[in-house]
Amino acid sequence: MNGLRYWYTENRGTIAAFGLFVLMFAIYLANYPSAISANVILTAANKAVLLALVAMAQALVVLTAGIDLSVGMMLVLTNCLASWLVAGDALHTALGIIGVLAAGALCGALNGVIIIYGRLQPIVTTIATGAVFYGLALLLRPVPGGAINDDLGDALTGKVAGVVPASLLILLAAVLIVWIPFQRSAIGRAAYAAGSSEPAAFLSGMPIRRAKFASYTAAGLLAALGGLFLTFFTDTGEASLGSANSYTLFSIAAVVIGGVSLLGGKGSAIGAIFGAFAFRSIGDLLFVFNVDALWQPLFQGVILLLAVTIGACGLFRVRNRLEWFE
Amino acid sequence: MSDVSARSRPTFVARLTRRIDRPLVIAFACIVALLLVGGMFSRSFTSPEYILLQLKVGAFLGIIATGLMMVILLGHIDLSLPWTITAGAMMACAVAGHGEFGRVAAIPAGIGCGVLIGVVNGVLVAFLRIPSMIATLATNAVAQGIMIVYTGGSSPQDSAPEAMRWLAAGWLMPGVPNAVVLWVVIGGATMFVLSRTTFGRTLYAIGNTERAAYLSGINTRAVTVAAFAVCSAFAAFGGVLLAGYASKAAQSMGDAYLLPAIAAVVLGGTSILGGRGSYLGTVAGAILITLLQSILSVAQMPEAGRQIIYGVVIAAMLLLYGRGKREG
Repeated sequence: MNGLRYWYTENRGTIAAFGLFVLMFAIYLANYPSAISANVILTAANKAVLLALVAMAQALVVLTAGIDLSVGMMLVLTNCLASWLVAGDALHTALGIIGVLAAGALCGALNGVIIIYGRLQPIVTTIATGAVFYGLALLLRPVPGGAINDDLGDALTGKVAGVVPASLLILLAAVLIVWIPFQRSAIGRAAYAAGSSEPAAFLSGMPIRRAKFASYTAAGLLAALGGLFLTFFTDTGEASLGSANSYTLFSIAAVVIGGVSLLGGKGSAIGAIFGAFAFRSIGDLLFVFNVDALWQPLFQGVILLLAVTIGACGLFRVRNRLEWFE
Repeated sequence: MSDVSARSRPTFVARLTRRIDRPLVIAFACIVALLLVGGMFSRSFTSPEYILLQLKVGAFLGIIATGLMMVILLGHIDLSLPWTITAGAMMACAVAGHGEFGRVAAIPAGIGCGVLIGVVNGVLVAFLRIPSMIATLATNAVAQGIMIVYTGGSSPQDSAPEAMRWLAAGWLMPGVPNAVVLWVVIGGATMFVLSRTTFGRTLYAIGNTERAAYLSGINTRAVTVAAFAVCSAFAAFGGVLLAGYASKAAQSMGDAYLLPAIAAVVLGGTSILGGRGSYLGTVAGAILITLLQSILSVAQMPEAGRQIIYGVVIAAMLLLYGRGKREG
């Protein structure tokens, strides 16, 4: 197999997600009622980046064949924390941001430690820790409130040089600082290996534990970045169980649309980002076609269902029925 | 089961300890401990009335957890419970609004909706081999979407018919609420099905190794669909009972039952990977969760503290006995 074809096979899911997003976004822009300005792109980007960060977090964990059902709770917790910490003068704001990111990484690390050393299943572990994170968020913000450093909030939700949305640049930075080094390091390869076949990775002497720990911790960090962004957009901290649950659900949906296999070992965070973009475009499409907002959850559900069903079509190529049960 | 050397010369104590299910003992011990701790605050915690009331509240969770346990025994999970519960409740109340016939058909209609959702789940998982977590998340989203379109985004105005209220909150025998009687009947039937019927044993077989079960001539796909259908039917029935208890269906009534149901099954010693677990454990888990919730709310713990304690207790109990096998 030559290089290009190998690259295509490896990134098929990512390319499909990218194509889907471009298609949906093009339909959206073509039907947009008024002239397209940089502000239209800005609004779309700001909404999409938030979900993209959470989807990246989920993708890192799903690659190791785990799942993080607490990712939405971490987002809400860091949102509430940011509404206390990220305020005041430049120094305090900077320290606050570091504190929020550290708190997110700590939450992720807690998940990782329980799953690796406690040998519990990721799904039940993150359900339990998710309840704890949500409780802490409620403790911080029993009622919605708080504020954030306005200058910073405006800068990061605005445009750079009048064209490029700042949020997209932050997302790019997250990819360059978190994802690319992760993917290229031995730890990241071990995370992929652990997701494909944990016994094989173990017998090959790969650092499985370190890889899983790094995945969960980085997931917490990215969720905290998402939480910071949520605070920049809304300017408040709110411990809302509904939004926590829907971010968890949407992150899984984005990961699936982005071609990351829930069985682990296949896909990339880049795919998850485009999956998130595509998933967010559904709402925009419904808006330009004047669909009643009541129908939006149904459409999101149906598209999610279609996406997972199409993903299952590879099954029909299987010759030997026994391969179904792997 | 795993220690072969101990099996060669079983002493009486060894035989006894092997027969006893460790998670079951721990769960029941925790129930007694919780009651004693509660008893220190107030004498009423150990009174029969209080325990009966807890059983009545726990019956709803217990019935929902019964169905979920069958799916978990297969090694799958059903995350579509919240809106299956809500859909069952809403549809039952809606059908009940249509005259005499509607009142008769209300409960079957609610359960029928559940079966429909369950069959869709089962087909997605068994025939399309979609991981159950994502398949059921998707059906949950679709069920939610349909219900939101149906109700217009607010809670429906139909109220629950007399039969549903009687089932959930009435008394057939003096002193024993109907919900508890239902749970005992359903629980007894489930224990029989799980331990004495082909269907029950097949659930364990598939949960252990699906390939081996398939090669043994078991129609694994049909069994999987059936298990999901039964799970959703119980969830919808739980929703019907909840609507009867609160005398109407509400928009997010099912949300509060997903995590407790999973926790009840897993705390009862059923392996989340499937193939292992006893129904008595699930009963213990359901009672334990109900008691914990009750004591935390009686102690006037704010919602934040309740969530934290809830999560910590589940994680701690799982660390006690729910750990996977050590690798390497």
